[in-house]
Amino acid sequence: MADTSQSTLSLRHRLAERGIDGVTLLVLPASLFIVLLFVYPFAYGFLLSFTPASGDWLENYRRFFDDPYMYRTIWLTLRLAIPVTLLNIAISVPVAMQVRHLRRQRLLTTILVLPITLGTVLVAEGLLNYLGPQGWLNRAMILFGFIDKPIRLVHNYWGVFISLVITGFPFTFLLTLSMISGIDPVLEQAAATLGARARHRFQKIVLPLILPGLAVTFCLAFVDAFSVFPSAVMLGAPAGETRVISLAASQAAFEQYDYSYASAIAMIMAAVQLCFVGVVLALRGLFYKGPLGGGKG
Amino acid sequence: MTLDSILEKLWKTLIWAFMTFFVINVIAMIAVVVVNSFGTRWLGTWLPAAFTLRWYLSAWREFQLSDVLLVTFQIAGAVVVLSALIGVPAAYALARRNFPGKSLVMLLFLLPLLVPPITFGVPLATVLYRYGLAGTMNGVILANLVPTIPFTIILMMPFVEQIDSRVEAAARVFGASTWRLFVHVLVPLLAPGILAASLLAMVRTVSMFELTFLTAGPSSQTLVVALYYSVFAAGVRAGQSIDAMAVIYMMSTLIWLVVALRFVNPTQIVGRAKKARTT
Repeated sequence: MADTSQSTLSLRHRLAERGIDGVTLLVLPASLFIVLLFVYPFAYGFLLSFTPASGDWLENYRRFFDDPYMYRTIWLTLRLAIPVTLLNIAISVPVAMQVRHLRRQRLLTTILVLPITLGTVLVAEGLLNYLGPQGWLNRAMILFGFIDKPIRLVHNYWGVFISLVITGFPFTFLLTLSMISGIDPVLEQAAATLGARARHRFQKIVLPLILPGLAVTFCLAFVDAFSVFPSAVMLGAPAGETRVISLAASQAAFEQYDYSYASAIAMIMAAVQLCFVGVVLALRGLFYKGPLGGGKG
Repeated sequence: MTLDSILEKLWKTLIWAFMTFFVINVIAMIAVVVVNSFGTRWLGTWLPAAFTLRWYLSAWREFQLSDVLLVTFQIAGAVVVLSALIGVPAAYALARRNFPGKSLVMLLFLLPLLVPPITFGVPLATVLYRYGLAGTMNGVILANLVPTIPFTIILMMPFVEQIDSRVEAAARVFGASTWRLFVHVLVPLLAPGILAASLLAMVRTVSMFELTFLTAGPSSQTLVVALYYSVFAAGVRAGQSIDAMAVIYMMSTLIWLVVALRFVNPTQIVGRAKKARTT
């Protein structure tokens, strides 16, 4: 008796030494939930995509890649997502460089967070009116003499592009700002003492330090833009140049009720994203990886 | 030297001009929706011919907004409470303990945030349909919990780390169980963090379009999905009525957001999320 109680005690001790005790178990409910409602559906969808309504196990994928109307959605989505992501990052970095020492930073970040919470549906609805032929933007541009007659900004590529910038920029900006403000100012001060001008300080110090983080930001922003859905329908031309892949997936699921095919499209979507993210992260491995700050980081 | 400083000034001005341009356009875009929702007839002029409140009345009746709002807040409320109950203990365990496989567990929680909702939403909806949960409020709640629980965990970890572990040790010395530790020590100390996480989870859930769209049935639509459907069926509905609905939607997220921002600095959240993602 004494022997077994001692061995359970020592087992408990040994587990506790490795960090497993009652408190560690608190992580179980959340893990279980994610496994059940994220990992399991994903695996289920993966298997389901290989069991088409007719034909052999690869039929869904063959169907997708045989139909130009379908496989072109990948290209149409990339054509939106890549330029938007690059633009958002290209703007975020200089703006964050300017804003980081600002006293009113909190007010500005609050204003910039607004579009994120507006949600894509509301932004799309607002842009439909604002960018429309009779909208304020066209009227203002005619008033100032930039254009003679209204330019078409909605129900095409540019409508979706603009809405992705509006909902995506705040996100990349906040990430970039938090990275740039994480850099120890001493580094730049030292360079300034040695006579480096702002442009050189940016090129030689800030940029190398934030590049790995920028790669991650790029991935997150890209994944976000790649899954564009409501705005592509509302602001774009959902039958034509903005027929994005998520639209194809939702049509297969909810208009044709072909969940097997829809899952296959979702898997293709995930594969394209993961390929892209993988390439970016592999490139990131070439850059400096380390703490952004000196000493206390 | 002087050319350099002139260029630097120009560059600065350019960036500020861009910022102003961006902010003005965002504000104007929101203003258009608000103005239109109060306008009567608005054709080819800067402002509507007259202002009225009738679109709000018609939106309220046509879209059964009281029902939609009720459903929205029931779903958001359930999501917030459940994600706090499941997420906060997990965040505590992850912040305080090192155990084998911890990085794997972290990856498990980061994936739902890294994979866009529409990608995992389609298979998730399929599974929920299979178990008869899709189209019900429970299904919508479950689907929305998938990104919200990890979000709560990531957000709460730094709040836990800020608490001096000696306080907990003291409670343990006096014989407190984990449950009592939570109720009497951790929850009071974590209250600001829990509040912030809950409010942001609320905003996220109210504005989460994809997952709700994929899993909701006619009686479990949230405001954002109802808004999408009414825009989609444009022509049938008056545009102003849709805008009135959009304004109501905006107010319902803005209130929570402004309250949440009193407690957290947005750059801190993403900063933390980014750090967790890169490790």
